Amino acid sequence: MTPLQQIATVLVAGAATVLARALPFLAFRNGAPRYVRYLGDVLPGAVFGLLVVYCLREVDLLSAAHGIPEAAGILLTGGVYLWRRDMLSAVLAGTAFYMVLVNLVFA
Amino acid sequence: MDQASAGARAARGGGWAAALRAAAPLSSPIMAGFVFLGVTCGVYTVSLGLPWWMPTFMAVAIFGGSAEFIVASMLPGAFDPFTAFAVTLVVQARHLFYGLSMLKPFQGTGRKKPYLVYAMCDESFSINYAARVPAGVDRGRFMFAVSLLNQSSWVAGCTLGGVFGGLIPTDIEGVSFAMTALFTVIFLDQWLHEPSHAGSVAGMAASAAALVVFGADAFMIPAMLAILVIMTAARGRLEPLYGSDGDTDAGGADAAGCGPAVPEGAGVPGPVGPDGESAPARTEVERP
Repeated sequence: MTPLQQIATVLVAGAATVLARALPFLAFRNGAPRYVRYLGDVLPGAVFGLLVVYCLREVDLLSAAHGIPEAAGILLTGGVYLWRRDMLSAVLAGTAFYMVLVNLVFA
Repeated sequence: MDQASAGARAARGGGWAAALRAAAPLSSPIMAGFVFLGVTCGVYTVSLGLPWWMPTFMAVAIFGGSAEFIVASMLPGAFDPFTAFAVTLVVQARHLFYGLSMLKPFQGTGRKKPYLVYAMCDESFSINYAARVPAGVDRGRFMFAVSLLNQSSWVAGCTLGGVFGGLIPTDIEGVSFAMTALFTVIFLDQWLHEPSHAGSVAGMAASAAALVVFGADAFMIPAMLAILVIMTAARGRLEPLYGSDGDTDAGGADAAGCGPAVPEGAGVPGPVGPDGESAPARTEVERP
């Protein structure tokens, strides 16, 4: 690609991204039907489940670590959150613990 | 900005300083992750022979990590905007669900709304959906600050990676787990507050099943379709649990001043601490 074609490609990809983010707002700018509002209520729980799985999609259970660092990191994150009820400390503790595991224990 | 004047301004309807102060602690782990991932994305992009400014340009024009990696890999090849559009749309399709979830929380955000929608990446959506905004802070400004902080750190990381290329060590393993941890916390928080666990269970199970069946590169769309089918099939049983007219949301669009008080500083570290079990913070009766 020429530089101009590269810029055009990036802009096209940006348009696709904005479209995915903006479509519900454009489609329902004059109020959403009841079914869509229902989806807005029940989807978040499903979406966060989807995102957790999405983050773990590359984990190979058959590899040397068997997904143990990920499982341990998630358990610690959840445990700290239930204990402190604080997002920041849970995310920091879970990430630090995971980094120790993959860099020092399962390296 | 001293505490007193910021507090006074916050009390008058939520100043930007108060919004930033409320947003920064929640955004900070994501910002750290974004800087590192952005550097990785920038280094990868210039390693393909692309110019130093390309990572920065993509961070502004696209602002979506996985899409930027994929688009970068296409740029050295033949010009094919249709494939670029279609592939990006598939990769970003999950954002359709975010938009549906944020229809109400973004209501009344006025001129901030276009930026909030444009910058609604996974992490900004998650924080903005789940955060209980402290009393006296305007929700729209809070969400704008979260989105801006997150995107700024992504742009900064991509730029660093593009400018310094291979000079920067990007092999610090595990930083990206901040995203996994964030989604875990918010999944858990959602679990503690939702009237029914059907959505959470269905989302997790359908996604895991789709991952097993379709593999890591192709499971998102089947998972989303399965979630839609399940939630539609369960509508008769679930809809009554979410209020007679589906009026439960994440806390209201313009909480400052008009919605019910959202008293908790939840998620913001400090002596206030736990956000407790007080589910009403997530419920607001829609104004007619």
